[in-house]
Amino acid sequence: MTDTTSQAYDAIRALEYRYARLLDEDRLEEWPKLFVERGVYKVIPRENLARQPALPIFFCDSRAMMVDRVKSLREANVYNLHYSRHVVSNIEVLSARDDTFEVAACYTVYQTDLEGQTRLFSVGQYRDVISNGAGEFRFREKIAVCDTFNIPNLLAIPL
Amino acid sequence: MLPSPWAANFAASAGPCLWKQQSRPDFLRKAASRCAAGKAAGLALLINAAGNRAKVMSMFPAIASPSRDGSRVPFELFTRADVFSREQEMIFRGPVWNYVALEAELPEPCDFKTSFVGDTPIVVSRAEDGSLHAFVNRCAHRGATVQRQACGNARQHRCVYHQWAYNARGELVGVPYRRGVPGMGGYAADFDPKAHGLARLRVASHKGVIFASFSPDTAPLKDYLDEPLIAALDRLFSRPVKVLGHMRQRVRGNWKLYSENTRDPYHAALLHGFHATFGLYRTNQKRKGGSDRARAHSTGVTFGDDWRQASQSGNIGQDKFVTNYSLADPSLLEGRPDFNDGVTVSITSIFPCLVVQQIMNTLATRHIRPKAADEFELYWTYFGYQDDDERMTACRLKQANLVGPAGLISMEDSEAIELIQRAIVRDGREDSFLEFGGLHADLDQDRQGEATIRAFWRYYAGLMGLT
Repeated sequence: MTDTTSQAYDAIRALEYRYARLLDEDRLEEWPKLFVERGVYKVIPRENLARQPALPIFFCDSRAMMVDRVKSLREANVYNLHYSRHVVSNIEVLSARDDTFEVAACYTVYQTDLEGQTRLFSVGQYRDVISNGAGEFRFREKIAVCDTFNIPNLLAIPL
Repeated sequence: MLPSPWAANFAASAGPCLWKQQSRPDFLRKAASRCAAGKAAGLALLINAAGNRAKVMSMFPAIASPSRDGSRVPFELFTRADVFSREQEMIFRGPVWNYVALEAELPEPCDFKTSFVGDTPIVVSRAEDGSLHAFVNRCAHRGATVQRQACGNARQHRCVYHQWAYNARGELVGVPYRRGVPGMGGYAADFDPKAHGLARLRVASHKGVIFASFSPDTAPLKDYLDEPLIAALDRLFSRPVKVLGHMRQRVRGNWKLYSENTRDPYHAALLHGFHATFGLYRTNQKRKGGSDRARAHSTGVTFGDDWRQASQSGNIGQDKFVTNYSLADPSLLEGRPDFNDGVTVSITSIFPCLVVQQIMNTLATRHIRPKAADEFELYWTYFGYQDDDERMTACRLKQANLVGPAGLISMEDSEAIELIQRAIVRDGREDSFLEFGGLHADLDQDRQGEATIRAFWRYYAGLMGLT
């Protein structure tokens, strides 16, 4: 860890855990609120990193776009019925400057179908930029780089 | 691969069907009569532990055919391992052109990319002189995978096992210890490297779209594609393209379910709800399309609407989607037309494994890569044009939200396919039902119905010898 205070680290970890829990509790409407207004969320297949800008398969560059995505998932899209479980680990602050933190973490997402069968859905790395605005930690950027870039079936719920 | 004692069943053997007719339910009896003529089940010879040969009932009865008009398709065509193996021989290695890559993915001499023809791994390569080549990615020595990288640049492709080396054309150019060394024999004096190259495929390219074929009987590419399909490719590849990246999804379903899906305008507004939900579906849209003489392929466009959100239409069957929502961030749809023809959606399906799309500013090839009877990979190559400015590239990257495994208007397709595959594990002689639009609808007029899917099945049955 750099010169991040343990208090900041605790807040960052809490944000990462909260992010995972909201998605797993199907509280999708609260997911955009973890980002700043002009926050960026991307899912990038690992094999696409060789080209810049890397092609994402899921890309929002505003909170409003995230709201649209959630609305579409709720009202329009048909996807596999499942429960998801996001596990976040290896949270590491890579840099800290002016209340802005670059954070790397590992994620693992399992999906459990309606017969109770669980399979590993996706594993990869979060590359996050988190800012502290008046004590409120939010994502300015969250990029999920998928090691599992061959998506099983489809990706509906954010990683 | 199937165990060898059963392999004989692939051939149209004339053995009698030993299933007892009276003990079978009606639908099986009906199906049996369909397959009785000349295609009865083969007999499998199994050897038991004591070494005695015993004639047993075949595990693989003859393959049921789609009905002559293509309107009834037996589910077993989506589930049987022996059907899948036969497709590899009769379709993917048959008289067809298989899409394998875009030239833009291997622009420089010695660039290569690994790909597939059916489930056979291949390497697509550009030689020093710029010519394109394709060869099976399997060492002529002992069968190991030669090129392990997905793509790159290599003057030689070297097998790690015994260092046999091949050039960018797949020709054998290096064999360690060929003349022998003390204590190691080497090869006989008449060993001919030319006879031990990688198995080569025919290659043809149209406007930078590369196809390969195992068969010497495949018609020239332009004849195979035929006029409307050539026009569709010419339109999308009128300018040099630039690959932006790939998307992959692994679908637990049969590859032909995706072939059907991309020839099926019926489902579009019923399964995919994004447009209607956000008031993006218009009544002034028109469709037109075309096909080749053999009716193997299909191309269709939607035109007559513009780029902006407008008031919604209450199309029949879409009621569940019609809402008062509009996009909170409409930047998703901010693009500028790539073409002056008013076409917003263009879907071209080229038998057996390619779909080329334009949906607004999203451009992609979709390579259907069959893996097993119940599994395929859908491999998207997403591209723009070399003369795109930064803004246009940004727009294409944002619109990537629309398509691919997480696509707002495409994610439903693979789910629909998995729902089918899960439900057809039994009752292989039951049929799917494809009469929408009427059986007599002319293919060139019927762009809303299932005529194109029926044409696919007729062509498929012909290649598979299932007529």
